Amino acid sequence: MKITGAEAIVESLKNEGVKVIFGYPGGAVLTLYDALYAANYPHILTRHEQGAVHAADGYARVTGDVGVVMATSGPGATNLVTGIATAYMDSIPLVLITGQVAVSLIGRDSFQEADIRGITTPITKHNYLVKKAEQLPRVIKEAFFIARTGRPGPVVVDVAKDVFAAELDYSYPEKVELRGYHPLWAGDEAVLGQVVDEMSRARRPLFFVGGGVNLSRTAEEVRALAERTGFPLILSLMGLGTVPSAYPRNFGLVGMHGTYAANMATTECDLLIGLGVRFDDRVTGLLQHFAPKAKVIHFDVDPAEVNKNVRTDIRVLGDLKWSLPALLRRLDPAETAEWGEKIAPWLRLLEEWQKENPLTYERRDDVIMPQAVIETVSDLTGGEALVVTDVGQNQMWTAQFYRFKHPGSWLTSGGLGTMGYGLPAGLGAQVGCPEKHVVVFAGDGGIMMNCQEFDTIAKFGLPVKVIILNNQVLGMVAQWQRMFYGGRYAHTDLSGRTDFVKLAEAMGVPALRITEPEGLRETLERVLAMPGPAVLEVRIPSDEDVLPMVPGGARLDQMVMGGR
Amino acid sequence: MKHTLAVLVENRPGVLTHISGLISRRAFNIESIAAGYTEESETTRITVVVEADDLELEQVVNQLSKLVDVIKITDLTGIDAIHRELALIKVKASSETRSDIVDIVDIFRAKIVDVNRETMVIELTGEETKIDALCEVLADHGIIEIVRTGKVALSRGPVPAKDL
Repeated sequence: MKITGAEAIVESLKNEGVKVIFGYPGGAVLTLYDALYAANYPHILTRHEQGAVHAADGYARVTGDVGVVMATSGPGATNLVTGIATAYMDSIPLVLITGQVAVSLIGRDSFQEADIRGITTPITKHNYLVKKAEQLPRVIKEAFFIARTGRPGPVVVDVAKDVFAAELDYSYPEKVELRGYHPLWAGDEAVLGQVVDEMSRARRPLFFVGGGVNLSRTAEEVRALAERTGFPLILSLMGLGTVPSAYPRNFGLVGMHGTYAANMATTECDLLIGLGVRFDDRVTGLLQHFAPKAKVIHFDVDPAEVNKNVRTDIRVLGDLKWSLPALLRRLDPAETAEWGEKIAPWLRLLEEWQKENPLTYERRDDVIMPQAVIETVSDLTGGEALVVTDVGQNQMWTAQFYRFKHPGSWLTSGGLGTMGYGLPAGLGAQVGCPEKHVVVFAGDGGIMMNCQEFDTIAKFGLPVKVIILNNQVLGMVAQWQRMFYGGRYAHTDLSGRTDFVKLAEAMGVPALRITEPEGLRETLERVLAMPGPAVLEVRIPSDEDVLPMVPGGARLDQMVMGGR
Repeated sequence: MKHTLAVLVENRPGVLTHISGLISRRAFNIESIAAGYTEESETTRITVVVEADDLELEQVVNQLSKLVDVIKITDLTGIDAIHRELALIKVKASSETRSDIVDIVDIFRAKIVDVNRETMVIELTGEETKIDALCEVLADHGIIEIVRTGKVALSRGPVPAKDL
């Protein structure tokens, strides 16, 4: 059957089970959009391409499906770059279909031409430029396969404009044949024996749980391991939610703004078992002094993560969905039952650390404290919301004070730290989970970076709740200026004329503002109960810091404490 | 230490960009890179010489392996293999100095591939050190330009790199 390239893409998306596309049309993709129109394909029109890619990213994080994005050539494609890099750093599966100028115009600096394949090479798992319509079915098949298997990631498919209109004999391939791509599933079973030996020897063992557990959907297995072994756990930023905050041996976030107990545990443990982590510099602090007393075991699907930052003693390569159950099978309950006594002093020490230095803040009644906002929302939603953050202080306060219950309920730009991520990612999360409560925490800086998406949530009636913690400064940067640059606030003063209530209302989103602590809970309750999208601007003090903090280049045990 | 890697890749547009881009953004210390066709029309072979300790080498191999178009990487350093590089050297050669240069070329078993009134072009195939040595000797006569291919390597014995 002869169909056009554009129709072939639509058919291929159907074959891949794609339920919705996030995108923004333009000249080079007119034919493609015409085919979407003909097929009446579900499509969310954002108000900026960056909004589309973050929305697809949020959608992918909550559904586990591949997020799909469409944009036009040149500026349409380059507007995707920040979102692609965000997804790449956090290993989020996306397929991005961009229009390119016609084959005959490529390489001539044509109107709206940009070499998006070249531009995105360092920030994609793989990318393609399609110049022949016959290649489309194979390329789309491969793109989805590469995006979702192994360590997931974004794949760009750039398609020359005339390819959309060219005809081909369409059949969708059943299988993918890639000589150079064989995602790992099962690894070396024998190495698990060594892991069990180390676990049985350890007196101060520690599980370190990361975003890989979210991606591989293995939170249950991690929970089972924690139960079977009795070992304590700490979490990376991307690992939040994998183990409930209330779980008794969960000592919380590790790293720059981690808990005292988690950071001290890392420093003092004799066995650190990393599960789907990449030992980012925000976790390790000064690398040479990270986990100085520990043997390190690293479970990961990506061989390139082993020994990249932290030297590993034992590596367990393979999908966590393979390795964690395999490890569980090797842990004899009769034997592990005896471990409790041996690690009891260690657990007592951790509990003491946690009791002596819990996450805390100064409870003032003259101003609204941002941490109190997070705690109240946590309480009101019972930990059942999908929590999305922007980047900066709002992100760290949420990480510290929201009480997570479920894996996959925490969306944040962990690796790239993209301001402007929150609102569009929340939009996508709501599209993916219409029945869930989606709450976005953003600062007054980040919200401005993609505030055009207020229009999108209004138009599609997406009941996203956006809480803007407005401290009138670029908070995290100002905190560093306060702590390390002698209080010279170079261009971090954001106080100005923007009325966030009017801004949201102008785009059709009802909004409220609260400036005094009285009635905070009632106001939050009211906003969360609103049927459609809503914005609440909360005025918070401009000089509140995120603490504890491990200063850049310091060891994890050299935290600046604070609060009370 | 120096490692010589045989990297088999898909013969497709953009593959070299992927590889050279990865090398530069991961700040790997690459000394030379040479690419060409192989016995299979769909495969290109790239010989990469990298200066790296064991940990760095592991990263180079693992990161390159992650590229979808990279089929196989073999480290030819520890195994018995033939290492060669080709150089073309344009050197000043007057009627007085020409016979001197011919003597040098003979000693190195190089070839003269072009002669004119003022210059000669010399072709030499060999290990890197041999080419370095010839260049050093010819420097006295005045080298005008040099082009070197970068190293290529092939294991001895019947087993190809893709099966090693």
